Amino acid sequence: MSAQDHSLRDPPDLPRPFRPSGPLMQRNSAITERRWVQWTLIATAVVFLLFFLFLPLVAVFAEAFRNGVSTYLIALQEPDARSALNLTLITAAIAVPLNLVFGVCAAWAITKFDFRGKSLLISLIDLPFSVSPVVAGLVYVLVFGAQGWLGPWLLEHDIKIVFAVPGIVLATIFVTFPFIARELIPLMQAQGTDDEQAAVSLGASGWKTFWRVTLPNIKWGLLYGVLLCNARAFGEFGAVSVVSGHIRGMTNTLPLHIEILYNEYAFAAAFAVASLLASLALVTLAAKSFLEWRYGDELAAGRRH
Amino acid sequence: MTPLLATGTRRRIRKSAIPGFGLTMGFTLVYLSLIVLIPLSAVFFKTADLGLDGFWEIITRTRVLNALKLSFGTALIAASINAIFGVLVAWVFVRYTFPGKRLLDAFIDLPFALPTAVAGIALTALYAGNGWVGQYLEPLGLKVAFTPVGIVVALTFVGLPFVVRTVQPVLEDAEAALEEAAASLGANRWQTIARVIFPAVVPSILTGFALAFARGVGEYGSVIFIAGNLPNVSEIAPLLIVIRLEEFDYAGATAIAAAMLIVSFTMLLVINGLQVWSRKRSEKL
Repeated sequence: MSAQDHSLRDPPDLPRPFRPSGPLMQRNSAITERRWVQWTLIATAVVFLLFFLFLPLVAVFAEAFRNGVSTYLIALQEPDARSALNLTLITAAIAVPLNLVFGVCAAWAITKFDFRGKSLLISLIDLPFSVSPVVAGLVYVLVFGAQGWLGPWLLEHDIKIVFAVPGIVLATIFVTFPFIARELIPLMQAQGTDDEQAAVSLGASGWKTFWRVTLPNIKWGLLYGVLLCNARAFGEFGAVSVVSGHIRGMTNTLPLHIEILYNEYAFAAAFAVASLLASLALVTLAAKSFLEWRYGDELAAGRRH
Repeated sequence: MTPLLATGTRRRIRKSAIPGFGLTMGFTLVYLSLIVLIPLSAVFFKTADLGLDGFWEIITRTRVLNALKLSFGTALIAASINAIFGVLVAWVFVRYTFPGKRLLDAFIDLPFALPTAVAGIALTALYAGNGWVGQYLEPLGLKVAFTPVGIVVALTFVGLPFVVRTVQPVLEDAEAALEEAAASLGANRWQTIARVIFPAVVPSILTGFALAFARGVGEYGSVIFIAGNLPNVSEIAPLLIVIRLEEFDYAGATAIAAAMLIVSFTMLLVINGLQVWSRKRSEKL
């Protein structure tokens, strides 16, 4: 690009009367639709989203408060609800950090090095997304259940995995498995290896390179992945339902507790617990939108899949 | 000269100065195998025990066939609805401005964040005969909750973000210059959309469609509340797996799971193929 290139300059400032604002708008009509077409399309899209997104969300809160605030609070303070909340928190507290470590390791190995079968490995990491949650629960029953591969051995040593807390944690890890790795891989791929090469050649250790060079570059993408992973860990239903055994106060997570209440026709209580999870979903969406708005450039590579 | 140079660079990348390959790769493979691959292989080993005849016998029972047909059929319809409205929503978001756009855009991901059980009971409350929406549909003779139509509604909700989020970035990247060129060469607006814009977006629509379809086939939480769960009519395949497990019929449950996995893996291959195809197309342009 030479200094004589004027193509990137602003157009010269014309005196007001000559500024061709009217005709310019009309010329643009060649690459956009008529006004009424635009508004019809916008209206259709908005009505569709109102019916399918907003209405269910509003319904959750409306049904939760239908019998007043006191019923709502009682439903949340019930011992079964509290133990379900505890179990959900414990499950997420184990599953999310494990998948975080995995996600960072997988992204490091995949993006900082060249090896054969890389795309196969990425596909395998994505695998849990295309497996039905029910099948995800089933596989652990087949491995750890009484009739399963390790069933007899576990029985002998009196270790319970299926129909107990470890099974719930395993099933949750399975369904939230790809979230963080999936967010980090495209991001770190776009960032390349130059920064790390430089750090290592200046004498930094591998750990120090990761901590001081890589992590600051990926922190928002990482947080983004953790948010999505956490939301799914709190809300997983199908996989957990298969391995939990539905023992009240023992192996019930919040979503399973909702199902029990609902099937007992305790609708207000079911929606009260549901509103708790819906609030978490709203917080997740808000945090996600904030990250996209504030650190959009740093996340951009990760969003393009 | 060129090939020599190429091997030279490749060797340099392979002998990367960055440490940690063995550790991270080792952990990745061990964790992946323990959590995903070995447990999933149990489905196929268990199915192999049945033999092909045994597998076929279970899969072709009327109730199982009906459940599989229902799951795939409703997922197909819901993914098609999402393909049409997803493109519309993405188009409106990228091309036009209107009040509340940013808020709506943020809400597109709600089905990813909202637990499926919550979505299930909320949709049931809306579409039941006495619900906010259901009370107006019932007099028209349209029963939604506790019928296969309800399943389609639930799967449409669950799959909504996929098409929007795959098409949106592609539309954002589409160059206005191409459209201007088409218009200046005499194409009318409809021709420009059909011949210039649409071909560029097709791979992303198909990818989003396939993702929504795969998700819909396996969906459980949001469906079981609204479906009514009548055998042969509104009983989805994942529910039948759960019922078989509760009857301790592990072989029956596993055979259905294997059938679903085979179809899901095929879908995964199709999605990967689509992505490779679209990458090649965009490189050609």
